[in-house]
Amino acid sequence: MARYKFKWLSSAGAASFASSLAAIALGLLAGFAILLISNSSMALQGFATILNGGFARGAKSFGLVLYQATPIIFTGLAFAFAAKAGLFNIGMPGQFVIGAFCAIYASVNFSLPAPLRWIACILAAMASGALWAAVPGLLKAVANVNEVISCIMMNYIGMYLANMLIVKSNIYNAAKNLTVAPGVFIPTYGMEKLFVDSGANIGIFVSLGVAILCWGLLQLTPFGYELKVCGLNRHAAKYAGINEMRCIVAAMAIAGALAGAGGGFLYLSNAGKYMTVVDVLASEGFNGIPVALLALNNPIGVFFSGIFIAYINVGGLYLQRYGYVPEIINIVISVIIYCSALSSSIGKLLFERKGVEADL
Amino acid sequence: MSIVYFMAQQTMYFTIPLLIVAIGGLFSERSGIANVALEGIMVFGAFCGIYSLSHIQNSIHSQLALLLALLIGGISGLIFSALHAIASVSLKADQVICGTALNIFAPAFAIYIARSVQTISHIGFRDEYIIKKVPFLGSIPIIGDFLFTNCYITTFIGFAVLAASYVVLYKTRYGLRLRACGEHPAAADSLGVDVYKMRYSGVLASGFLAGMGGVIYVVPTSTSFDAEVGGYGFLALAVLIFGQWKPMRILLASLFFGLMKTLASAYSTIPLLAAIGLPSGFYKMAPYIATIIALVFTSKKSQAPKAVGTPYERGQK
Repeated sequence: MARYKFKWLSSAGAASFASSLAAIALGLLAGFAILLISNSSMALQGFATILNGGFARGAKSFGLVLYQATPIIFTGLAFAFAAKAGLFNIGMPGQFVIGAFCAIYASVNFSLPAPLRWIACILAAMASGALWAAVPGLLKAVANVNEVISCIMMNYIGMYLANMLIVKSNIYNAAKNLTVAPGVFIPTYGMEKLFVDSGANIGIFVSLGVAILCWGLLQLTPFGYELKVCGLNRHAAKYAGINEMRCIVAAMAIAGALAGAGGGFLYLSNAGKYMTVVDVLASEGFNGIPVALLALNNPIGVFFSGIFIAYINVGGLYLQRYGYVPEIINIVISVIIYCSALSSSIGKLLFERKGVEADL
Repeated sequence: MSIVYFMAQQTMYFTIPLLIVAIGGLFSERSGIANVALEGIMVFGAFCGIYSLSHIQNSIHSQLALLLALLIGGISGLIFSALHAIASVSLKADQVICGTALNIFAPAFAIYIARSVQTISHIGFRDEYIIKKVPFLGSIPIIGDFLFTNCYITTFIGFAVLAASYVVLYKTRYGLRLRACGEHPAAADSLGVDVYKMRYSGVLASGFLAGMGGVIYVVPTSTSFDAEVGGYGFLALAVLIFGQWKPMRILLASLFFGLMKTLASAYSTIPLLAAIGLPSGFYKMAPYIATIIALVFTSKKSQAPKAVGTPYERGQK
């Protein structure tokens, strides 16, 4: 059995990695084509900017990549983890914003010694995100409410609730449009000297650790096994004596904790970003979906795809120097996701013919 | 009484786009293809429709311009949804993944084109399409005030689409075959139904309706388009599920949501609600909370098409 698993790793795992790379190549090619159509004289410089955007201004740019990657890695993990249990978690914007609010609230109001303080804030963000996501989980387990629709509803409720609480709980700035600066920032341990003015902090290392933890939880523990069985076939799981209700609620709660942590890490970064009181769903929440999909919902893969997406987004910021619209990057990302949907299905067709079992 | 009429008229502005887009989703999902791309298709259709509207509205009669914009929005949505159909029907891709790709593509594309041709991403237009009073029908007591004053032509298109799709889905051979493809494609295939063709038609119909729905959402609620439709595509998805994949229940679900939304935005004009004095945030949250509560009581028996989300391969058992 162990040998079989190893063989699987060397065939399907490598193939899915290769198909993701092919999708990325096609997406970048589409980006180059758009640059050529918009303004052919600058296309080469523009394309070079997309490719080396994360290093365009040396370490500072890469610091920006790490700073932007952290929240979308967390929301990507939130999507991927729920997806492993067969749940379509589209509720990250709500979980993210509730986590962000609780982190800021805790940072302003908790008085703990400094090294513990940011950890307490992140824990507050995780706990609130978990509670927020547990609602759709419970509704699904108890009343069979479709999680897509309850997550969409919880997104809006979370957004309006956070806006209301920011106003009510005295964490409003003088101009009454942003939250106040957090009382504590995520430590950088000297990273600010390497990545000057970028907002990079140890959040990125925490996200890597959490990604590995998620992978371990799913691959190495009985709980993770039960979760995946639930995801593949809820009825079979029930028949095999797995408590599928507990699986659903736990998977959603863990996903919510991850998305909430993403909110905490973004707003506790010392980068001058504060929550605004506007009726718009948090884009970092939705951005977790392509991050997870590009990684085929593999937690370790999510870490790298999050860095990749942040990397080309930073390239997009610099693209404006040549007169290009930065939205070109989102077109590139959409082409990548589209191609990865095609390539993974074509890959699956190939492997089904070879008789490889489902990913369990 | 005037408040009641005002509320009814407002409700339509929220209800009709939800209704049309959810019916679009119904065609796709009933054929067996999950369509999370409704939001993206709405944005794409609204962009093409509103951009055309801003150019034609000075030269032709106003209602005709709106009808033309709806048609352009619908056709562009149909073309855009073909990307979803090719990937999910012919190439058997994961329907959620390629739907997500379309959702990311549409707003980026709209901003990119808008900024390329006119340097700013906003597309402005004049909202001159409200019909103060429909001749004859507007004079009918009560009903006239409810439906035929301060209305848009889109309201009637919405109800016409609802009626037509009910007939198509339940009273025609095509509808029966389409639903069969969403329930048990192998059985349909064995009886000679072309599952791929049916699924293509379902997705393309959803593209047409969602593209049109994008224009319908933007026109009464705004005077400019900025590459977003306020999450209405996702809400339409919610309405589709809330309506248990049935046209009449979708109508009820979208009316319910539209009414709650109207209460949330107009609570200060309603003496009873204004007197309670709750913060405005509560009213804004209310439609979503109410929907969740309603779902708790209606979800026990889900009627989702059985084969939705599963690619079909010919010869599959």
